[in-house]
Amino acid sequence: MWQIMNLPRLYHRLRLTARSLHSSANGQQVEKVAVAVDPDVPSQVSVFRTSENDPTCHTELHAGQYYTLPPAHMRTLFPHGLPPRFQMQMKTFNEACVMVRQPALELITCLRKADYSEPALRYVLYGEKGCGKTLSLCHVLHFCSTQGWLVLHIPDAHLWVKNCRELLPSSSRPGRFDQPIQALNWLKNFKTTNEHFLSKIKTTQRYVWTKRESTEEGRPLGELVDQGVSRVKSSSDVVGALLRELRLQAGGAAEGAFRLAVAVDGVNALWGKTTLKKEDKSEVLPEELTLIHNLRKMLRNDWCGGAILTTLSQTGSLFKPRSAYLPMELLGEEGFDNMDPFVPIPVSNYSDKEFESCYLYYLDRNWLQHPHSRTEDGKKELIFLSSRNPSILERLCAFL
Amino acid sequence: LTCSSGRTVTACIYSLAFPLQLLSRQICVSSAAWRKNLAAAGPEKFSEEYIKKQVEEFNIGKRHLANIMGEDPETFTQEDIDRSIAYLFPSGLFEKRARPVMKHPDLLFPKQTAVQWGEDGRPFHYMFYTGKQAYYSLMHDTFGKVLALEKYQDSMRNKGLFTKDTRQMSLTGSRWLLKEELEELLVENISDHDYTRFLQLMERLLSMPYCAMEEEFVQRFRRQLEVQSSKQEIPAVQHDENGVAFSQAEGRRKTAKASIKLRDCGTGSITINGKSYLLYFPVLQDREQLMFPLHFVDMLGRFNVEASVEGGGHCAQAGALRLAVSRALLSFVSAGEMESMRQAGLLTPDPRVKERKKPGQAGARKKFTWKKR
Repeated sequence: MWQIMNLPRLYHRLRLTARSLHSSANGQQVEKVAVAVDPDVPSQVSVFRTSENDPTCHTELHAGQYYTLPPAHMRTLFPHGLPPRFQMQMKTFNEACVMVRQPALELITCLRKADYSEPALRYVLYGEKGCGKTLSLCHVLHFCSTQGWLVLHIPDAHLWVKNCRELLPSSSRPGRFDQPIQALNWLKNFKTTNEHFLSKIKTTQRYVWTKRESTEEGRPLGELVDQGVSRVKSSSDVVGALLRELRLQAGGAAEGAFRLAVAVDGVNALWGKTTLKKEDKSEVLPEELTLIHNLRKMLRNDWCGGAILTTLSQTGSLFKPRSAYLPMELLGEEGFDNMDPFVPIPVSNYSDKEFESCYLYYLDRNWLQHPHSRTEDGKKELIFLSSRNPSILERLCAFL
Repeated sequence: LTCSSGRTVTACIYSLAFPLQLLSRQICVSSAAWRKNLAAAGPEKFSEEYIKKQVEEFNIGKRHLANIMGEDPETFTQEDIDRSIAYLFPSGLFEKRARPVMKHPDLLFPKQTAVQWGEDGRPFHYMFYTGKQAYYSLMHDTFGKVLALEKYQDSMRNKGLFTKDTRQMSLTGSRWLLKEELEELLVENISDHDYTRFLQLMERLLSMPYCAMEEEFVQRFRRQLEVQSSKQEIPAVQHDENGVAFSQAEGRRKTAKASIKLRDCGTGSITINGKSYLLYFPVLQDREQLMFPLHFVDMLGRFNVEASVEGGGHCAQAGALRLAVSRALLSFVSAGEMESMRQAGLLTPDPRVKERKKPGQAGARKKFTWKKR
């Protein structure tokens, strides 16, 4: 009795002008023959794609439109950064299309105008669950990498505070715990992302790992990373050393200067609780984990020449209610004090225009198979049922 | 003659002769015979004295009760009695007829015929030997009235004042007595055939021109029909200070109660207990339930809903909200659409409630494991 009243309507004539401009109807092509955005085109022809694939050139005009991430960039930039559902969508559609949205544009403008001789600014993207914070962060990271920055991306800080099989007591400091597997994975991904920087940056100090192993001063960073990858036991310390080096050398006056973008998704994990236990079943505090400790040092704004981009996330968070999304609620007192001052950027559900373009995108990709979903009525139903929330809309359309 | 146990003596000519033998017999009779005796005795009979005593006790008790409750004994009605008894003896029983009750004995004890014959055994009523004296006397009286009316008609015709358009009785809104009601009135068993004959005679009486003269007699045998059941109430459209039209409605499902305000604003936002409906109903099915009435009348983006709901689980709350939204929509919708909503089942409250668990079973329907031996 509670089925949607499927009153069959006549097949709704789509905006054929938009369809005719794109080539394939079966979604087999990888790169579409896209249309350049012409500001003189009347708004009735709502084109939901833009050919401008360079985030540097994204402006307000492109708001609400999808741009394609080039596959080459994607493999280097995001070995681990994209949300799993988005990765599934990428596999299905054979392309990675991200919507240009207002919060990301705002962040990009801020980054452009910021003064990099000042201490790094902290930006926090917050919003309700499923609004698009992680994807906005990925968009901004794409921008940063096209600008030639060094991208330090921690895809989900929550992975470091829960579900850890091996927790080794730290070799360098008593009372701290190492997470070799997580550190190893992260180092590998970091290597993929920032290949070209690894040979340019040199260490500033000597690091001793064990009695027999050490890294001398002046060695390229690549060696440091390889040390961590090969010697799993000391990988967490390697991460700490890496972060320290980058912090010291970012924005320097030397000709090998680079800008550092620290991107942490789910930053509220750093100040929350963990689910890890020591051998005597007492809880491990986040400070006692090497990775978390070093990351916290990184997030302090005592270094120059870069920006700190973070996202709050309730999805992986521990012991937080589902309705919490404000910075105060998710970061807690301690976290808020640590992160303060920061630039908060709210991310909200789709606006009408954004919803429209998402809907057209799914139609174009033949994702909405049900004939009723192509009608106006069906669109209204979708708006109601998903309340314009991007993730809920995506899950809803998945079985249509 | 009454025995010490208060039972009326049946029409037995030998009662005068052998009372002592009956008593002595009772002592040495076996239990099997007792059981048979009880079945054959029929419903318990109360003597007139007994009933009178009960009536007196009831009146005294009524005055006592009024004193207990601190009210005036003279103006203590049956409703007051019911209220006081419910207050003094609160009962958790679900069956209303099993709860303690204090009523006039005439209502509680079944009506019984008094003894029909005198000491000499001669019956009082002249129609006693028909077997159904009350019924036949009623038929006789009625027919007497029919004949009297005919006589009156003839006399009017003779005088030349006969007219057909006399005052007629209003029979609308009333019905004839049912067979059970007639039996109750006459304190006698009647067959279907007798009942049919009675109705025919009454109809014949009513078919005569001057039957209005016997109105009082006829009305004794008619009962008022119940008032027509109420039609669907449509909540009134009110306007708040900005001139925006809104309507309020309530809905219930299982144990959940919902009350909503439907505003004719323009956005399609729904707030439940202060939270957005996306947060409150993470399950898609509940949101579909909410969507159903609005989608049915094609007014999805037109209204804002402020709802408060409590009780029940998430499905029950969604069902309660759906009913409330449908009811509130009635004031914004035409009559034809209302009819189609009713046919779609949007306006019917769902009567299904949790069934009680029975003793001897694990649940409402589930039985314990059946063992063959």
